[in-house]
Amino acid sequence: MSRRVALEGSHAVAEAVRMANVDVIASYPITPQTHIPERLAEMVANGELDAEYIPVESEHSAMSACVGAAAVGARAFNTTSGQGLELMHEVLYVASSMRYPTVMAICNRGLSAPLSVWADHSDAMAVRDTGWIQVFCQNNQEVFDMTLWAFRVGEDPRVLFPVMVYLDGFTLSHVIEPVNLPQQEEVDRFLPKLQYRFALNPDNPMTHGAFGPPDIYTEAKIAQEVAFRKSKEVLLQGWKEFGDIFGRYYYPVELYKAENAKTLLVLQGSLSETAKLVVDKRRESGEPVGLIYLRLWRPFPLHEFRQAVKDVDTLIIFDRCISFGGPGGPVCSEIRSALYDMERRPKVVGFVGGLGGRDVSVGDFEHVIDRGREVAKKGSEEIFETVGVRGEVVGIRG
Amino acid sequence: MAGKRLKTAYDFTWRNMEVGNIVTEAGNASLRRTGDWRTDRPILDKEKCNKCGLCWLYCPDGAVELLEDGYYEPDLYYCKGCGICADVCKREAIIMIQEEEI
Ligand code: SF4
Ligand code: SF4
Repeated sequence: MSRRVALEGSHAVAEAVRMANVDVIASYPITPQTHIPERLAEMVANGELDAEYIPVESEHSAMSACVGAAAVGARAFNTTSGQGLELMHEVLYVASSMRYPTVMAICNRGLSAPLSVWADHSDAMAVRDTGWIQVFCQNNQEVFDMTLWAFRVGEDPRVLFPVMVYLDGFTLSHVIEPVNLPQQEEVDRFLPKLQYRFALNPDNPMTHGAFGPPDIYTEAKIAQEVAFRKSKEVLLQGWKEFGDIFGRYYYPVELYKAENAKTLLVLQGSLSETAKLVVDKRRESGEPVGLIYLRLWRPFPLHEFRQAVKDVDTLIIFDRCISFGGPGGPVCSEIRSALYDMERRPKVVGFVGGLGGRDVSVGDFEHVIDRGREVAKKGSEEIFETVGVRGEVVGIRG
Repeated sequence: MAGKRLKTAYDFTWRNMEVGNIVTEAGNASLRRTGDWRTDRPILDKEKCNKCGLCWLYCPDGAVELLEDGYYEPDLYYCKGCGICADVCKREAIIMIQEEEI
């Protein structure tokens, strides 16, 4: 029996971390931090959660402390956003390459300058290639669910990779929504105790983090890449088991009214919920428009994505980030590349919008669909389209 | 040192490396000639040495050995030539000489 409560996204993460019964929380408490560590600190102080709470001196140290905790076999959690994630960058690779299954929630925010703490995916895209499993959430229920799932799959002995759970800054992190919280015994059934077989222990000494000269580094990286891609099977299995226990099923590539669609919008994060309203309207008026929610970002669900778009004419990809000087927005460029080898592939039109917390309204998505189809038909000199920008945008060219 | 065969990188393919490149066999650095990239060599002058053991204490690599006669001497199999032993020795009993001059 679950109980339905009103929670902001940050507190939904904190509840999941509490129910996951973590051993160590390390976090830097100052901007751009959120209510997540604040609530967790409260829980530890009140005795609701028996964990070691380490208030560190920077995000770099927060991540490092979690690496250390994971090395001794502790369940470790860490959280940040925007600039804070940038400061962790170096240690993110250490965690994934050393195969430490720590979990981090990231409230996605724009990057300076100009200084911004509002929703944007630039922070996520900058850590895309760090070797972490990465999922985007649409609402606070997903925020809770994905956080629990992250521990479960990351710690699986067949996986052993760290997991990032993305929730949009403010739009989810600070917005209250109804969330179903499960019973502790259901959580315990889903999430067994962490048993990390390489935990550092003086009784059984071993070396973590040895150096890798040129004669072994490549082998180490290929082994990591193969294991990372292979982990997808366990991620899917984890979602299946999650659904069997909690009744909510998740998929790496989620389709919304995509049946017989000729045009599909592709989104990540909370904007998908606004876009779905527009899809509903278009479907009511008989237009074959649907939506793909790209939940699993890393490892990229190549097979599932190709399957989902094989009969579609036009894909409209919405990026909440600019890849400066690149061949398109980061998600759009990847998807174009992912589809290139298909016999019959859809036209791909990229949009960039919603930067630094800018609202993207129902009206904006109406424009995105109409303009997207027009560009698919007639082409455009601009490499990507924009939405909600004051002044006509020209000059995004190769 | 003797007995065990030293594994090299070529004993591994990407398939048989341990998860996270963890080395489960502890302490195998002692099997390796870790001093072979030294540029300066410490030379002990037993005449000056008073067997105080400071060099042994300070060597960051644990490369200073206690000999049977009570003297402390850098083990060149592991010594990296950092010069710390020479620096901490109050008796100036250790001097550093460039390897190429030897
Ligand atoms: S520090 Fe100098 S005097 Fe002391 S044991 Fe070493 S070499 Fe001898
Ligand atoms: S030179 Fe450095 S590494 Fe060599 S014995 Fe002296 S202190 Fe140790």
